[in-house]
Amino acid sequence: MEWFKRVKRGFATQVKKELPNGVWIKCDHCGEILYKKELDRNLNVCTKCDYHFRINSDGYISLLADKGTFKEFNSNIKSIDKLKFKDSKKYSDRLKDAMHKTGLSEAVRTGTCTTNKIPVVLTVMDFRFIGGSMGSVVGEKIARAADKSLETRVPLIIVSASGGARMQEAALSLMQMAKTSARLGMLEDAKVPYISILTHPTTGGVTASFSMLGDVILAEPGALIGFAGPRVIKQTIGQDLPDGFQRSEFLLEHGFVDAIIHRKDMKERIRQILTFFPIEDTATGK
Amino acid sequence: MATNYVLEFEKPIAEIEKKIAELREYSISEDIEIQNEVERLEAKAQKLRQETYSKLTRWQRVQLARHPERPYTLDYISRMIDDFVELHGDRSFRDDPAIVSGIGKLDKMPVAIIGHQKGRDTKEKLRRNFAMPNPEGYRKALRVMNLAAHYGRPIICLLDTPGAYPGIGAEERGQAEAIARNLREMSHLPVPIIIVVIGEGASGGALGIGVGDRILMMENTWYSVISPEGCAAILYRDAANAPQAAEAMRVTPNDLLEMGVIDKIIEEPPGAAHNDYDQAAAIIKKAIKEEIESLQDIPPKILIKNRIEKFGKMGFWSE
Repeated sequence: MEWFKRVKRGFATQVKKELPNGVWIKCDHCGEILYKKELDRNLNVCTKCDYHFRINSDGYISLLADKGTFKEFNSNIKSIDKLKFKDSKKYSDRLKDAMHKTGLSEAVRTGTCTTNKIPVVLTVMDFRFIGGSMGSVVGEKIARAADKSLETRVPLIIVSASGGARMQEAALSLMQMAKTSARLGMLEDAKVPYISILTHPTTGGVTASFSMLGDVILAEPGALIGFAGPRVIKQTIGQDLPDGFQRSEFLLEHGFVDAIIHRKDMKERIRQILTFFPIEDTATGK
Repeated sequence: MATNYVLEFEKPIAEIEKKIAELREYSISEDIEIQNEVERLEAKAQKLRQETYSKLTRWQRVQLARHPERPYTLDYISRMIDDFVELHGDRSFRDDPAIVSGIGKLDKMPVAIIGHQKGRDTKEKLRRNFAMPNPEGYRKALRVMNLAAHYGRPIICLLDTPGAYPGIGAEERGQAEAIARNLREMSHLPVPIIIVVIGEGASGGALGIGVGDRILMMENTWYSVISPEGCAAILYRDAANAPQAAEAMRVTPNDLLEMGVIDKIIEEPPGAAHNDYDQAAAIIKKAIKEEIESLQDIPPKILIKNRIEKFGKMGFWSE
C-alpha cells in the first residue's frame, strides 16, 4: 500500500474545461482563440485542431436524437445519503449543490428516442454532476435502461463520461458495477444490440463495467479512457507516463475500442452500425 | 498460536501471552503456584481478547485484514481442499501469480477455487505483486470459472486484494475490459458461486472475481469501492486520514450486512484468523459447504435469475 501513502493531491476533476459564458473561448489544446458561436456551430469541436470540448448531456442528446424525439424516463429517481457520508462536505449537500448547479436529478439521463429514424434507448452521462460518478441511482437508471431495451427489443446506446464509482456511496457504488454488467448480460443473451460511446473522461468503475461491454465500442478523439487514473499509475510506478497514454488512440491501438469517431460523424456512424443488426426482426419479436 | 507481528491494540494481549510462555518454561516441575498463575493469566488474556475484538474500530479491522500473518488463499486451500491442482495461465498472455485458481474437492464435492494471493516474504510479495492482479489474472480466473461451469461444478472465490494493479501494462492489456467482462460473465454462470472476503476487498480489483450467489465476509475484513487510503487521498487530500475514511465509507462486515451487500459474516477464531489457521479454515469450509448445499438443487436458470436480481436490489434511492 506504499503507493497510496504517497498520494497527496488526489484527482483534479478538471472543471476548468467547462465552457465559460464568454464570447471568445481559448482552445485547451492548441490555444487558438475561438468565437463561441462558431464553436457551438461546430459541435464544440475546435475549428483549428479538432479538439473535442466536453459537452453535457443536452449536447449529446441533441447530437444523437432526432429533433424532439427524446423522452426521458426515470428522472424522478434520486440519490439518498444512506451512509451519512461526510468529507469536507456532507454528501447530501454535495447532491443538492450538483442538482442546483446542473438542473439535473443525477449524473445520468435515460430516455427513448429515434436516431436517424431508428428507435433506440439513449442513456447519456453528465460529467457536471459530481464528476459523472456512479452511485446507486446511476447504476439503477442504467440497469433500467437496459431493461427497457430488453422489453422493447430496441438497441441501447450509452454515452459515458465519468470519473468512476462514487466514493460517497462506498460499497453500494461498487455493486452498481455488477448490477449494470449483469443486466447487460441479459441484453447479450437476448441479442439486443448495445453500443457504448466513450467520451472524455471515462475511467474507473464505469470503464470497468458497462462502458467496456458494448457490442460495438466507439470513442471520441482524445478522450481519457482507463481503469486507474494517470496520477495513481504515475505514483505507483514512479515514472512519467508515455505521451498519449490512456487516450482513445491508445485504446484503439491496443484493441479495446472498435473505432474513434469525430463528433460530427457520430450520428451517421451509429446509423451505419445499427443497420447491421437485425433490428427490424427483433422489433417485431421474431 | 503466538505471532511475531503485533498490532498496537493487540499489545496488551501479547504481553500477557509472553508472560504465560515464560512461566511455562519455568514450570517443568509441577509447581502448583506457577500453574495457578498461568491459569489466572490465561483467563485474563481470554477476557482481554474478547473485550478487544468485540469492540474493534473500523480502522482496526482494516489493520487485522492486512495483518502480515493473516492466512491467505493458499493457506485456506491447503486446509480445506483435497486433491487441489492449480491451473495456471489465461491461455492468451501469461500466468498472473496475483490470482491462484484451480480445481479440487471440498470434502468429496469437486469444485473450482479461485482467490487473490498475497506473498509472505519480500520475494514472494513481489512475485505475487502484492495480490494486485493484472488483466490476465482476471482472464485466467474466468477461464477456470468457465471450465467449472461447463462441467457443472460449483465455484468458490476468496477475495483478498488491495486493488487491481494500476500499471502501464495493465492498462495496455485492458484492465477495465477484463474486470467488466468478468462481472458480466460471472452473473450468468449456471453453477453456484460462493464469494468469501478473507482479507481486503478493494474496489473492482476484488469485485472482478466477486459476483456470486452468496457473499460472505470473515469478521476482520473490509470491502469497499476504494481503499481507505485512496479515499482519504482524494476526498480528504491526505492518505493519512485513512482511519477517518474507513469510518466514513463503512467498510466492515457489519456495515455491509446492514447495507444489504453481503449475506453473512463468518466468525473468526479468538484473536482473529491469524491466531489459528486450522480453525479459521475449518470455519470457512463449513460455511462454504452449507451455502453450496443450499444452492445445489436450484435449476441453473433460476440460479442465474436470482443472482442478477440479488445485485439488482443493491443500492438506495428514492422515487
